Amino acid sequence: MTRVVDTAGLDEIVRLLRAAGRTVIAPTVRDGTIVPAEIESGAELPIGWTEDQNGGYYRLAATDTPERFAFSSPSDSWKRYLHPPRTLLVRTRSTEAGIDVELPDPSAPSVALFGVRSCDLAAMHVLDQVFLDDAATDPGYAARRADAFIVAAGCAHPGNTCFCASMQTGPTPNAGYDLAVAELYDNGQHRFLIDSGSDRGANLLAEVDSRPATEADTAAAAAAHDNAVQHMGRTLSPSDPPAAAAHTDHPRWDDVAERCLACGNCTMVCPTCFCSSTQDSSGLIPGEAERWRVWDSCFTADFSSVHGGPVRSTTRSRYRQWLLHKLVTWHDQFGMSGCVGCGRCITACPVGIDLTAEIAALARSGSESGEAPNTTNATVT
Amino acid sequence: MTLHEDHAVSIGSTDGAGPMVPVIHRVVAATADLDDTTTLTVRPVDNALPRPQPGQFNMLWLPGIGEVPISLAGLDGDDLVHTIRNVGAVTDALCSLQVGDFLGVRGPFGAGWNLARARGRDVLVVAGGLGIVPLGPLVDELISDRANFGQVSVVIGNRSPDTLLYPERVKSWAESLEVEVTVDVASPDWTGHVGVVTELLTAVNTDPANQIAFVCGPEVMMRFAAEAVIDRGTPAENVLVSLERNMHCAIGHCGRCQLGPMFICKDGPVLPWSRVDPVLKARSR
Repeated sequence: MTRVVDTAGLDEIVRLLRAAGRTVIAPTVRDGTIVPAEIESGAELPIGWTEDQNGGYYRLAATDTPERFAFSSPSDSWKRYLHPPRTLLVRTRSTEAGIDVELPDPSAPSVALFGVRSCDLAAMHVLDQVFLDDAATDPGYAARRADAFIVAAGCAHPGNTCFCASMQTGPTPNAGYDLAVAELYDNGQHRFLIDSGSDRGANLLAEVDSRPATEADTAAAAAAHDNAVQHMGRTLSPSDPPAAAAHTDHPRWDDVAERCLACGNCTMVCPTCFCSSTQDSSGLIPGEAERWRVWDSCFTADFSSVHGGPVRSTTRSRYRQWLLHKLVTWHDQFGMSGCVGCGRCITACPVGIDLTAEIAALARSGSESGEAPNTTNATVT
Repeated sequence: MTLHEDHAVSIGSTDGAGPMVPVIHRVVAATADLDDTTTLTVRPVDNALPRPQPGQFNMLWLPGIGEVPISLAGLDGDDLVHTIRNVGAVTDALCSLQVGDFLGVRGPFGAGWNLARARGRDVLVVAGGLGIVPLGPLVDELISDRANFGQVSVVIGNRSPDTLLYPERVKSWAESLEVEVTVDVASPDWTGHVGVVTELLTAVNTDPANQIAFVCGPEVMMRFAAEAVIDRGTPAENVLVSLERNMHCAIGHCGRCQLGPMFICKDGPVLPWSRVDPVLKARSR
């Protein structure tokens, strides 16, 4: 049953989450961008802010309205709160008698992720396939994921780089949340439609002053959804990735490799890129050492290195690995696309490489554009 | 933080340690096979890991130094045997371990050779260089279960006679199996074959149409060997190769060992050539 709250009600949800001992992570303005970070009250939401995003371009812009969610999605994803950039795996002490293995405290700080867009909810579902695999579950991820209270926020303001409608991951959340908010601001009327998706969500909502949604409310939310679908800045045709995958020697790979700086920004902002390296280090105290897992990127030379050098020695091969993994082989591995259409990789790319344009070009031409038939017998070098 | 009194914390253990926590082992034997290659026999200090199968691998770890994937070279009772070539910082430290030293082990990981599927058929084993290491326990198993297989032939290619691993073991294999050894560069006293392994694949007595081929060596050698075997009439799905990538987690979480749709750590390292060939044909995959 959809309920309706005003801005005070929304702020009350933030207050109640904090009162329950949770750190509330929400979109907020920092350093000229909207990022997910800790807030202490609803007043810290990006009130009156939107943004202009495009390939390699991001600028905040004022909306002159009191809207809280007038932007598309935060410039950084929520990934770090479930799969942190640095995770301590073990701390060890080597002695004459052996190696003492000390495990980090498994209890995670309790968080609420407040204002999660549908694309980013879908990304969490994608990460679940990686880290909650029955054969090997990441205990830290599992603990953080189970704990996190998720307040989703339907998106009525897709940006230039958005294509969640193409990826069928948005713009309106339909599962995977405790509460889902739809902000409506029309004719000076400001209200939030709220659905609960779990018992703990329903219990929290029951503590907030609200009224039932009217037909006019739900019709307005549906209209906002339809309008958002019509205003996606980008599209990605589902037939393009498999077509592109067949063109592993397409000249466009050379073309994109000329532009790509192999900086790895796309993999850092991507809400589903999960790759990491494990790093061992020793400290100043003899015998003590630590193992950390840190985010890594398939764009680095080290990432594919075996003794003798990297398997993927060129930017061309690394971009191809990233793009075809994200859009094609992810399906083989996890039964879904690794791309949720958030568009962050386009915005964060210093040279504005747009994966939707690349995959379309790679799918389109192929042999007609002079691609040499794939007869190479070479193995990886 | 809790300091675990137990030295060993096993994979999937009930204390929630998780799959990234190494289990402490002690070196009970260390043998220098070659100038750059050492065989370690290691025994769990406390709880043992699940028993590995030939073709599977373990992650060997030294605190503060690093961790590397190393295939199973064999079992000595319940002890794990690993042969390690010194090619970097971690393997250098592993090769320097002495009897009594400690190390961490995680595993076993991945898909092994699965010798059962070769039962009742001929078996061709093709080893190049260090590729003999994961194939060793497979050949041992073939010999101990000899009656269940047809013709068994082992072809070994190596750089030079003096760098052949396990020379005594290879000699003992030749007592019950067809074993052919070839070297790239012969020494004056070498009376055997000189040349690449593919030249010997036409001479072995297995029936190509009814054999399973187990191949391990440098990637380029495996390509030539697989293609030679397939040319003789063995279906590509009956040619099994073992691939090497730089796994950091071995459980499909770190992403480093991806090869097209596969994670070498969990779908491999042993894979049929029919799955590997189409992906490796795209350069630098």
